[in-house]
Amino acid sequence: MNHDATLTTSQASGGRQPSESNSRTPHAPGADAPGSPTPPPPTPLDVDAIRAQFPILCKPLPNGKTLTYLDSGATAQKPTVVLDAMRDCFETYYSNVHRGKSTLGRLVTKAVEASREDCRRFLNAADVSEILFTAGTTAGLNLVAQTWGRANICEGDVIATTVLEHHANLVPWQMLAKETGAELRFLPLTDDGRVDMDRVDEALTDRCKLLAITACSNVLGTLPDVKALCDAARAVGAVSVVDAAQFVPHRRTDVRAWGCDFLVFGAHKLYGPTGVGVLYGKRELLDAMPPWQGGGNMISRVFADRSEWAEPPAKFEAGTPPIGEIVGLGAAVRWVEDLGWEALEAHDRELAAYLLERLEEVPGLTVYGPAANERAALASFTVDGAAAEDLNFLLDKRGIAVRHGHHCTMPLHDLLGVPATTRASLGVYNRAADVDELIEALLAARIRLRLA
Amino acid sequence: MSASPDTAASPVMTLDELREEFEFLGNWEDQCEFLIDVGMDLPKLPAEDKNEQTRVHGCQSLVWLTVDEADGRLKISAESDAMIVNGLIAVLLATFDRQTPEDALAVDVEEVFSSLGLDEHLSSARKSGLSGMVQRIRGEAARLRVEDAE
Ligand SMILES: Cc1ncc(COP(=O)(O)O)c(C=O)c1O
Repeated sequence: MNHDATLTTSQASGGRQPSESNSRTPHAPGADAPGSPTPPPPTPLDVDAIRAQFPILCKPLPNGKTLTYLDSGATAQKPTVVLDAMRDCFETYYSNVHRGKSTLGRLVTKAVEASREDCRRFLNAADVSEILFTAGTTAGLNLVAQTWGRANICEGDVIATTVLEHHANLVPWQMLAKETGAELRFLPLTDDGRVDMDRVDEALTDRCKLLAITACSNVLGTLPDVKALCDAARAVGAVSVVDAAQFVPHRRTDVRAWGCDFLVFGAHKLYGPTGVGVLYGKRELLDAMPPWQGGGNMISRVFADRSEWAEPPAKFEAGTPPIGEIVGLGAAVRWVEDLGWEALEAHDRELAAYLLERLEEVPGLTVYGPAANERAALASFTVDGAAAEDLNFLLDKRGIAVRHGHHCTMPLHDLLGVPATTRASLGVYNRAADVDELIEALLAARIRLRLA
Repeated sequence: MSASPDTAASPVMTLDELREEFEFLGNWEDQCEFLIDVGMDLPKLPAEDKNEQTRVHGCQSLVWLTVDEADGRLKISAESDAMIVNGLIAVLLATFDRQTPEDALAVDVEEVFSSLGLDEHLSSARKSGLSGMVQRIRGEAARLRVEDAE
């Protein structure tokens, strides 16, 4: 593949027809049987126009360097539409939500519920009541563990997961297993860090009650076959929990196509604000499971000695939510949809291929995980003789933001046999030129470290 | 570079030499590059001295550190897989190496680090790694002082 030709001149990539770029595909519930209309040809992303919408990418760093942001896997930068939506909320209609019937109360409630609908459409959930606002991915996973988990997991049950998981999708299950006497089991992986689909039954036994799986590894970029895994979980009577924190900015998510029972993501890796995220749960499960935190909003009637719960989603949304952030999340979701998933996914695939191809040019560099066509646009690597800490320091001096360390995946790093890796994770605003910067900086780092 | 020939000849510089160099360079960027170069030129630890006993935990990177005594003075050797940390080791050597155990224990390290601007420029993770090494050196110095007294 000649990535150089397609990517370094990305705007001119031939063969793809520009189609209407602002078409948000409406996902009316039930109206989109999978596979009915043939998708339009992918729209190439106008990356320069996208970059212009990110104020932080358009100004020099405090040290005068231009920012090369390759750390979107940690958190993504925010486009003006998101910042403006939040500002507009605070400046023109901010008040508390669902409280009283004031003019502002109505406006802010409408905005929050519009964001909920945006998230429903974004995930292709059947009903808005299945969209719970949480404080983020971590909060969503803990909610499932503490409510559905405590009510349903018993001694001797199996909780199946993988060593690919971020600590956020591992530690809550460890805690639940300890509390209930359940057993944690890990789906075997292939050598290149994919879930070994021939051996899922080693963890998905008939004792298995829950499968917790990432849709995209934050270290390897691996994209497990979530649909097949949810099917396999269902076949043994287990509930599936999908951690889509890394997946949502890279690929279109469709909870009904996957058939997952729960799915979580946070806004901040999706170009939205911190402090807010979504837990999707199938309505029957949400109805049956107990609430988590108690407080205002989650009740229908409180007596001095007991309470009755509100219907989902309110049942799981105790207290005042992060109002401005929820509004920002809705704006982020609409912004991503407006870019068009075909274009966005094509861009991500091209970047992944170019990143992996160019990393090969660095002597002594090892990339962990699967081939480019099996991963999202991110890569974790080590360079022989270079500490991850030093690479990070030397790249940072050039204005290149990457992340180093264990990336909240210590068991995975134990498996890889390295204490730390350096990760470059890309987003919609990244170009082949950013990858070129990275490679040049890595080659220069080897010289500085006296390795070349 | 202004490192005087006698400094270059000795692998370990004194604190005064280090302060002088820092003053000459003036900005953290250059001071940091200088420390890195000094750190890279430090003698390496023999392979047998890199073990679990000599390992200093609490650093992001691997660090090994040994403290011996010769003629009543500390003989410190340390090495990391990270050049940044080797640069900090150079500061520790300038501060503690070739001191008597008493003098080493009397050093006000906080003052040394702040006079070099380290407290301002180092991340908290790196500072805690640094203080792990300082604790190791102080612990060994205290042990040697007791042995000397016996
Ligand atoms: C795969 C994955 N899951 C969960 C999380 C946790 O997200 P947060 O810290 O935003 O709750 C992250 C964030 O790094 C992640 O990459």
